[in-house]
Amino acid sequence: MTMLEIENLHATAGDAEILKGIDLTIRPGEIHAIMGPNGSGKSTLAGVLSGRAAFEVTKGSILYQGKNLQELDPEQRAREGIFLAFQYPVEIPGVTNNYFLKASLNAIRTHRGEEELDAMDFLSVVKEKMKIVEMPKDLMGRSINEGFSGGEKKRNEVLQMLLLEPKLMVLDETDSGLDIDALRVVATGVNHLRSPERSMLVITHYQRLLDYIVPDVVHVLSEGRIVRSGGRELALELEEKGYGWIEEAGA
Amino acid sequence: MKDALQSAQARFLAQATERIPPPAFVELRREATAAFTDRGLPTMKQEEWRHTNIAHLAGIEWAALHEPLAPPRSAIEDVATPIFACGLEVFIDGHHHPELHGSPGASEVETLGSTPAPPALLGRLADAKAHPFVALNGALACDGARVRVHGDDPRAVHLVFAQGSEDAASHPRVVIDAERGSRGTIILDHVSLAGARHFANSVVEVEIAEEASLDLVILQRAGGTSFHVGHVAGRVERNGRLRTHTISLGGRFVRNDLEVVLAGEGAECTMNGLYLGLGEGLIDNHTWVDHAVPHCTSRELYKGVLTGSARGVFRGRVVVRPDAQKSEATQSNPNLLLSDGAEIDTKPQLEIYANDVKCSHGAAIGRLDPESLFYLRSRGIGEDEARGLLTRGFAAEVLSALPEPSLAEAMSAVFLEKLEATGQRT
Repeated sequence: MTMLEIENLHATAGDAEILKGIDLTIRPGEIHAIMGPNGSGKSTLAGVLSGRAAFEVTKGSILYQGKNLQELDPEQRAREGIFLAFQYPVEIPGVTNNYFLKASLNAIRTHRGEEELDAMDFLSVVKEKMKIVEMPKDLMGRSINEGFSGGEKKRNEVLQMLLLEPKLMVLDETDSGLDIDALRVVATGVNHLRSPERSMLVITHYQRLLDYIVPDVVHVLSEGRIVRSGGRELALELEEKGYGWIEEAGA
Repeated sequence: MKDALQSAQARFLAQATERIPPPAFVELRREATAAFTDRGLPTMKQEEWRHTNIAHLAGIEWAALHEPLAPPRSAIEDVATPIFACGLEVFIDGHHHPELHGSPGASEVETLGSTPAPPALLGRLADAKAHPFVALNGALACDGARVRVHGDDPRAVHLVFAQGSEDAASHPRVVIDAERGSRGTIILDHVSLAGARHFANSVVEVEIAEEASLDLVILQRAGGTSFHVGHVAGRVERNGRLRTHTISLGGRFVRNDLEVVLAGEGAECTMNGLYLGLGEGLIDNHTWVDHAVPHCTSRELYKGVLTGSARGVFRGRVVVRPDAQKSEATQSNPNLLLSDGAEIDTKPQLEIYANDVKCSHGAAIGRLDPESLFYLRSRGIGEDEARGLLTRGFAAEVLSALPEPSLAEAMSAVFLEKLEATGQRT
């Protein structure tokens, strides 16, 4: 079964049509990268996949493991194994990171028919994952993302990914605002999850991230459509020539 | 409305003549009855009561109970958890329950119903002429507590005011002397034993002597059918520190007045508040801090959560007297409205007569942030649970400032329980 099958997807934000007919198929184990200039529709695609209310699908279909994704609420998508790593992780005062991650993991475990973890068991699981992303211990006792540095926020996203063990990961510009060290840590965490059963959609403006998370396929998004697809050398070509070249070629 | 208020006034006054009060209250009753006869109950024409209609409260025939229930300790432990056993005293429908009390700590607790003479502070800070419910309390009070805090007492004094009988009214009175250089914590805990409809009208007078520091916690968790009026009058002397925590979780009618005079240089007052309005409830907080002398600090944070068709009222008055230079006063009143039917009237009122001061205030009214809600849901957390988490997160700033961690945890649980029980969705 395919992991994700998108056909002729059109989506709007308010009155504006952003996605204008996307076709994309991702099989288990594959890593696809979506590159494109600002405003090409990259984040809209991530938003539509994760169930953001701001976007409306007007035409086309999205099948995730054979299920119609549009019928699922954001929390149902997460429980079914879709994970969106946010470009701008949200700060939530008054709710500790520890409480949040435990509630999240237990919601997903319950859905999978597994027993909830108590505080002690959770702690031992999370400790192990925190090592992978080199996450300072004190961040667990603090409010979700509040006062975290850019790098800490992204590590926290990857920590959640490691805990929840999703099947389809959507990384929305995870590299933005990261220095090279933080980028390496984040990529290590993501690569930890690479397996023949998991797929990833890596959305990025720069090819830099793809040095660390090496994709099987690269797509170029321009004005709401995929205008080119190819191997990872396409990313390098884009890096060299810039997006102007694609836009001209597409026009 | 006027007729209803007058008949309520007459009923209360009749109760004041039924029995002779305990010795400590004789003088107070005489003065307060005169004030109450004179002023009666407040109408919405009075500025302090402009947003708050007491017609419902006045329409109920509240009974003065003289022989209250005697519940077992376990019944109190169920509703007033966590119990701070050390300085525990329990009042049922306003009367001291002699069998349920803790071992004495460094703070001395006396019950006013059995004290031969009135403590000097009784009736000195809370003004019966200015406040109708203070007058009513003085006219009908027959029990309560006097707490003297000496030295450094880490053990909290826990005064539980439990309501037991249907349509019973109680008028508890508390006087607190935090003696020079002392440190302490006092918890006044208003609870309900059986969820009966009742009316509690309490008055607290608290004096913080020089260099003393006190946390005063006032919990109102008596449930959706409770009517609660509470007045706290405080005075802080030189370098003294008073921190109040006024936590009102639900209730049909809740009105809290908090008045603090910063009377000595270097005095500080922190006023924290959290109110949760549910169903058709009304929760009204009036606060007043008076910077009477230079170099004093006041910090105020009241947070409100309103759902259903609940109404909230916040009025925060800060007065800085002409001589009170170098005063610092901050005030903040953020509110979270969880439903379309909920309402809040919030009004800061700064009256600054000195010129070298730092004062700031802010009020905000908002809803749950959709991006935060989406973030939690995108991690598998259901929508209702996510709303509950965000709402409790909003309240956490006030609850986490409570002096005992076990109390903060318990109140956070009560907060969520009450929120969930009534249904928070529109």
